[in-house]
Amino acid sequence: MRWLLLKDLQILRRSPLLVALLVIYPVAIAVLFGFALSGGPEKPRVAFANLVPPGEGELTVGGRTLDATDYADRLFESIEPVPVDSREEAIEKVRSGEALGALVLPADVTERLRAMLGLGGGEPPTVEIYYNADDPVKRRFVEATIEARLAEANAALSEVVLREAASYIDVIVSGGEIPLPLLGAVQILGLERAQAIIDSITDGLPRESADRAALEQVSRFAELAAENLDVSQPILASIGSPVRADQHVVEGGRTPLEAFAVAVAVTVSLMFVTLLLAAGLLALEREEQAFGRLVRGLVSRTALLTEKVVLSALCALAVTLLMLFGLAAFVGLDWSRVPAWLAALFGGAVGFAAMGVAIGGLGREVRVATLLAILLALPIVFLALVPSGSVDPLLYDAINVVSGMFPFKPALRALDAAINGGGLLLPLVHLLALATAFFALARLALRRFD
Amino acid sequence: MRAESISKRYGARDALRDVTFEVVDGEKVAVIGPNGAGKTTLLRILAGALEPTSGSVAVGRVGWVPQQPALYSKLSVAENLRLFARLERAKPGHRRRGWRRTWSRGRQDDGQGSPADVERTVAGMLEQAALADRSGDEVGRLSGGNRQRVNIAIGLLGDPEVLLLDEPSAALDPRQRERLWQFIGALGTTVVFSTHDVGEAERFADRVLVLADGELLFTGTPDDLAATMRSVGRRGGRPPSDDRPGEGPGHPSDFEAAFVRFLHARGH
Repeated sequence: MRWLLLKDLQILRRSPLLVALLVIYPVAIAVLFGFALSGGPEKPRVAFANLVPPGEGELTVGGRTLDATDYADRLFESIEPVPVDSREEAIEKVRSGEALGALVLPADVTERLRAMLGLGGGEPPTVEIYYNADDPVKRRFVEATIEARLAEANAALSEVVLREAASYIDVIVSGGEIPLPLLGAVQILGLERAQAIIDSITDGLPRESADRAALEQVSRFAELAAENLDVSQPILASIGSPVRADQHVVEGGRTPLEAFAVAVAVTVSLMFVTLLLAAGLLALEREEQAFGRLVRGLVSRTALLTEKVVLSALCALAVTLLMLFGLAAFVGLDWSRVPAWLAALFGGAVGFAAMGVAIGGLGREVRVATLLAILLALPIVFLALVPSGSVDPLLYDAINVVSGMFPFKPALRALDAAINGGGLLLPLVHLLALATAFFALARLALRRFD
Repeated sequence: MRAESISKRYGARDALRDVTFEVVDGEKVAVIGPNGAGKTTLLRILAGALEPTSGSVAVGRVGWVPQQPALYSKLSVAENLRLFARLERAKPGHRRRGWRRTWSRGRQDDGQGSPADVERTVAGMLEQAALADRSGDEVGRLSGGNRQRVNIAIGLLGDPEVLLLDEPSAALDPRQRERLWQFIGALGTTVVFSTHDVGEAERFADRVLVLADGELLFTGTPDDLAATMRSVGRRGGRPPSDDRPGEGPGHPSDFEAAFVRFLHARGH
């Protein structure tokens, strides 16, 4: 077998273009996958017109001064703002395509907010949003982003208002000082102290006094009011965010998106390099007509297949290990897990190589075999990356079964576990089973198409 | 080599029907017949590359030279020879034996799998195939004739008792054919080759087997075949070539025409 290995290495050495393509193509595809998975869409450009007059953006809530336009900044975390001076200019930016959307803070937004917070009623404050609907993907992104950020801004304002309301209640219950516009600081007696005063007066009155019964009623009211208002504070606090999310992971680990993207990128590379090499090298034996000569007593078919699996797996392992080292330097992976990386990459490489020789056994020409490998590989990747819950449960189960029949998904699981921690044994056993099945298929294909 | 009642069926089709013949040591035997006659199937069965449906083959070491050169075009001539020489020596059951060829008479006790032995074999084969000056050239850059020489040289690496050549001259121009047949003629080995060119069979074979539709129609020397064909021609009312202008005896077109009449007379 070593002579065949040597021969294949010689052939690869004399095909620099092929080797370069074999390395560059999967790495390029893997990098694209990695970018697609790790980064969200590019920040869309949004025209921003703040029509609130200078100095008018401030409002006071319970003695605390807020600038309403600060809350617009929350939107800028997800968009690239293009400052403009007027509503018309903002709309023109959208119309010309210079900006995907426009956000306008009308001049009266602070006034309306002030009126609402001062319980003055009136229309609620409104911001205006304009966007271009030419690109449905970006439009959906802008809609979702602006809605999400507005909800955050509303929640932040609610929190401030509710906090102030709670402090008022505290003063009403226990007494204290409240700052009021125009009047300044005002001393409030408080229900508890009022009850104490009433109780002391009541104690000085004769038992049969009519005033005593009336004052006792007032005291009981003050007591009840103080107790209930005390309870209302946590209720008010819960209004700001009535539903709290308590997150639990049922299955899978808490893999950071960047680390998962690395696992996907490297697995895609591993798949392409191994599949193309294994399928191409086996098909080459038949394209060169050497297959018949080799298996006529010189080499057994099993040895020939084993040689292709070993060579393509080792080559792919070397390429993807280097790639993983490079990515680890940027993403900051745990270097102490290198042995686990090696195990996962080798398991994946053997699985893909066995699949590659099965494909190579079907094609008599290198071009046919490699085309077949690419045509099979791409849908396998897409199927394996379909997240649960994104499609009908029955369809997802079917996708899972199909994905489980090919090495990509277990290889990805193995590499994810190797990079981010987790059970490595199960995916490796899965890969071993698939490698055995594909090897048997390749053996059958060689016999069938000999 | 003896083939006894060989038959081969592909589904409902008979590729070979009860073919029996013998080849004696040192003979050059041509298997001729039209396309689809079963020549390649017969040679593949003799080479052990295909199992017959029934019948048996008794043969010693066989060298197999397929119709298309089975070579790695990215490797040089010497590298191809070296690879197959190594594989020949590494294969199970490879026997140590003295080399008949002049280049390997020397140290018979030298390990036959050793690098020195492999290199000696490669050098000798390059010399015999007259390819020593092209040993470093990639096979993909060689002419069809030279590629076929390398193909045959590889078939000889196992020191076969019988060399089987499947249409060795099929893709060659007349000049390359001539050189190839000189090369084959100089081999001391027993050779069985297939061809659909009856002229080649007449010129280069000691004995001829005629196959048509899987049936062995004739076994004998080229002269016997010519005589048989002449008699068929007379019975068919066609004058012998000696009596026709422009077609002297032994003229290829005459021989081929007679061969076609011979096949027609036997219902093929």
